[in-house]
Amino acid sequence: MSYTIEGRTGPWELVIGLEIHAQVISEAKLFSGAATEFGAEPNSQVSFIDAGFPGMLPVINAECVAQAVRTGLGLNAQVNLWSRFDRKNYFYADLPQGFQISQFAHPIIGEGAVEITLADGVTKTIGITRLHLEQDAGKSLHDQHATKSFIDLNRSGVALMEIVSEPDMRSPEEAGAYLTKIRQILRYLGTCDGNMDEGSMRADVNVSVRKAGEGFRTRCEVKNVNSIRFVMQAVEAEARRQIEVWEAGDEVFQETRLFDTARGITRSMRSKEDAHDYRYFPEPDLPPLVLESDWVEALKAALPELPDVRRARYVAMGLSPYDAHVLTLEKETAVFFETVAKGRDAKLAANWVTGDFFAALNRLKRDVADPPVTAENLGALLDLISDKTLSGSLAKQVFEAMLETGKAPGEIVEERGLKQVTDTGAIEAVVAQVMAANADKVAEYRSGKEKLFGFFVGQTMKAMQGKGNPALVNEVVKTALAG
Amino acid sequence: MSLDTATIRRIASLARIRLDESEVQQAQAEINGILGWIEQLQEVDTEGVEPMAGGSPVAQARARLRPDVVNDGGQADAILANAPDRQGEYFGVPKVVE
Amino acid sequence: MHPTDFTLRGALDALTEGTISSVELTQAHLDGIAKLNPRLNAYVTVTAEKALAAARASDERRAAGQVGALEGIPLAIKDLFCTAGTRTTAGSRILDSFVPPYESTVSQKLLDDGAVFLGKANLDEFAMGSSNTTSASGPVENPWSRANDPDTRLVPGGSSGGSAAAVAARLALGATATDTGGSIRQPAAFCGIAGIKPTYGRCSRFGIVAFASSLDQAGPVARTVEDCAILLKSMAGFDPKDSTSADLPVPDFARACERGVKGLRIGVPKEYRLDGMAPEIVALWEQGLQWLRDAGAETVEISLPHAKYALPTYYIVAPAEASSNLARYDGVRFGTRVTEPGSDLRDLYERTRAAGFGPEVRRRIMIGTYVLSAGYYDAYYLKAQKVRALIRRDFENAYAAVDAIVTPATPSAAFGMNEKQDDPVAMYLNDIFTVTANLAGLPGLAVPAGLDAQGLPLGLQVIGRAFDEETVFAVGRTLERAADFTALPRLRAGA
Repeated sequence: MSYTIEGRTGPWELVIGLEIHAQVISEAKLFSGAATEFGAEPNSQVSFIDAGFPGMLPVINAECVAQAVRTGLGLNAQVNLWSRFDRKNYFYADLPQGFQISQFAHPIIGEGAVEITLADGVTKTIGITRLHLEQDAGKSLHDQHATKSFIDLNRSGVALMEIVSEPDMRSPEEAGAYLTKIRQILRYLGTCDGNMDEGSMRADVNVSVRKAGEGFRTRCEVKNVNSIRFVMQAVEAEARRQIEVWEAGDEVFQETRLFDTARGITRSMRSKEDAHDYRYFPEPDLPPLVLESDWVEALKAALPELPDVRRARYVAMGLSPYDAHVLTLEKETAVFFETVAKGRDAKLAANWVTGDFFAALNRLKRDVADPPVTAENLGALLDLISDKTLSGSLAKQVFEAMLETGKAPGEIVEERGLKQVTDTGAIEAVVAQVMAANADKVAEYRSGKEKLFGFFVGQTMKAMQGKGNPALVNEVVKTALAG
Repeated sequence: MSLDTATIRRIASLARIRLDESEVQQAQAEINGILGWIEQLQEVDTEGVEPMAGGSPVAQARARLRPDVVNDGGQADAILANAPDRQGEYFGVPKVVE
Repeated sequence: MHPTDFTLRGALDALTEGTISSVELTQAHLDGIAKLNPRLNAYVTVTAEKALAAARASDERRAAGQVGALEGIPLAIKDLFCTAGTRTTAGSRILDSFVPPYESTVSQKLLDDGAVFLGKANLDEFAMGSSNTTSASGPVENPWSRANDPDTRLVPGGSSGGSAAAVAARLALGATATDTGGSIRQPAAFCGIAGIKPTYGRCSRFGIVAFASSLDQAGPVARTVEDCAILLKSMAGFDPKDSTSADLPVPDFARACERGVKGLRIGVPKEYRLDGMAPEIVALWEQGLQWLRDAGAETVEISLPHAKYALPTYYIVAPAEASSNLARYDGVRFGTRVTEPGSDLRDLYERTRAAGFGPEVRRRIMIGTYVLSAGYYDAYYLKAQKVRALIRRDFENAYAAVDAIVTPATPSAAFGMNEKQDDPVAMYLNDIFTVTANLAGLPGLAVPAGLDAQGLPLGLQVIGRAFDEETVFAVGRTLERAADFTALPRLRAGA
């Protein structure tokens, strides 16, 4: 059953396409040698090129080109060996040159596709139309002065990749899953840090609605949405607005809108009213960008493993598809998991990472990049389970102690004497005491009340303060009761 | 092709050049004169011709790439020195409503 | 000999011999400027103190044995080249207070070779014009005047009118200039001096206020072909800061001047024999070809079938690029801002740009905006770039048969300051012989070759293959030697 929104006139389908602006990870800007670091003093990372001074000329940063190509390869997309920069002309306070250098007619990356996985486990392929390189604009601050806006050009000229999807998404969830997937791929590739709080990734969301079986209706573009949650909310808010417009007998006009996160609605963007005639033409200051296929092949050979491949590998290692999915969402998680699992039982490692470890991260509000226990220590804990030094329940105690103290599990076991008892003789002695103290129950068991077996195991474990090896305890109790 | 005054106003607006009413008429006459003269280009057969992309006399010109090195910036004062309305470390403009 | 009468080569020799110092040479030019510039208006800004300090420093370097290729030579710098710490206006009100914190690559190269900058030369606003009447600093006067009508003030040509007038009037030994459609060659011809627009990519455009990026090229103007060659050698060269700069070695152009033309094939484009062309222009052209034949060259008729479309092509491409290049003049980061109480950002832009740009610049920005606007791009800009490719191909075909092409530099001699001002298209026709070289990116040299009936200079143009300025200089020097152009303008220093 496909996703619809119920209007007065019946159900409406959604059609969604995303233009994701991803800041390229590079030291210097796309066309100048100024730094790209986030959070610097205003106008301190600005060259005269970035500020559009007279006589300044752009020169392309090779690493930004390489990052775009890596991203294209990661999106299973066509790499265009011949591409070109164009000027997109419009006036805006934070656009110093009066144009943005972008790739309009001949992008560096052509068609590609990514697969998204939805909550119900269903997968769907979303088409990529293109990826192109362009320069970012500066930043306008509107809250510093009563009657003025302040302009900071630090971001002006930073390389962006604009990744344009096909209008293939049909629900807020799909839009969210797509953005999540792109972010995941870029972070794996190391081409964008995906940090949406700092604006290094943001999306323009194109939304239209239609009745089942119709072609496309007019779409609106919701600009600069800066979190995955807001993208999903913006899609729904804008779709509901359009449904109301259509149902009121009016027409939806193609326009640029902003998502008001506080009120959960979209509103028309005044400043973009007449910006539609961009007068694109080839950037005369830059000859065409021509790539050598050998160079592209070398980048391809050096690409890191991508999440889909990694996930498949985890499934082949015996992990459930769900665990494989969860463990590959973030590259850091996958790296952590692989350190834990190295030379060990992969399923056991997956259970611990997705179970107790994730729970601990949540509880302690920590991040896998800054974990409360190291992957090495968690691996050592698994070793103690495998060699039967610790039972499952003891291991949980030790894990809690590791969280509290940061110590290695071996050390904790030593200090607290939490070592599992695997000496059969010692267990037999305890079982004998338990049976002696519960002679009535022994009789009941032997007369056929076999469910009392668990009682004897429990009593034995209790007497041993939980340190008895569970399998051995079971075995000894069984033998003893059988008399 | 002859441009009407509405088109002249639209172009001036796109180019962000304020035109007084009296200037619209004059601009219209001059621009139409020039465009009329340019119109002769339409008679050239350009079927199948690759347009020139830049000014290089070499048809196979290609962009040179520079290494990813930070060697510019760190000069806020120089960047702001010519500003008609410097506001601390920022450029000031009339408040923009988005 | 008055110090301002030296050629650049001659001044270098005199400096080497110690018969004059850079300070003396510079002071003589500053004296000439003080006397004549109030009338000629060739300089927008005179940097007398800086010039004398630079001359003193140069003399000290020379004494210490450090001698650059232009050591101690006083030059004028077109006010389109950004000069660190010295106001750079581009001839526009919108930049009248702009002091660049950086130096253009070309002017830096000249400084590195020991040159002394006398000041910034006047020009048409943003280099848009053929008469130097559009400058916000007022028109430049040609130091030449008609023999039978000495009171009519003539234009020096444009856009490098200040550079050409300064050099012709002996107010500099040479000058930098730029050429987008003829802005070096046409004023050089009008002022009876030499000037070369090199191959596109030969000189870096970094730090030169852009007019039309795919057409702009810097070059020198000077009183002899050899002086141009010496200056170009210093100005040219690969610059990693300009993506369109050619990564090629710079030949010894001065040496190429003496190569001669023996065995060269000189193309004569039949399409340049325009109906109604002035008979004295036709005669001068024929004379020039005869001189070359006399020197051992062969002249060959060639065809440039699309040449007649060059000007309309130019008047699409150049304004289109200019409309975009000049968008940065918005009164936010530099330059003049014009507002009214309550102006919003849009109003600020519109008032600043209406007041800051003169009529010709506004006109070209509007044409450029129109030809790029939605629905017209294909019909105008794309069409023009295709015709441009055809023009380039015409030259490629021609150069299969010839080594250089010789044409008149301009369709007429200098005209009066009040002539041709009301009809933009009539003004644009000044560039009819020069603009093809810009569209095809080829080098073009203007050489003074004779006088018209009223005693005004006329020039010939040599167009060469891409990056073959050497042949252009060889042909130009041969024409110069044969023409033996010794006439002098009435207004000049030391006169």
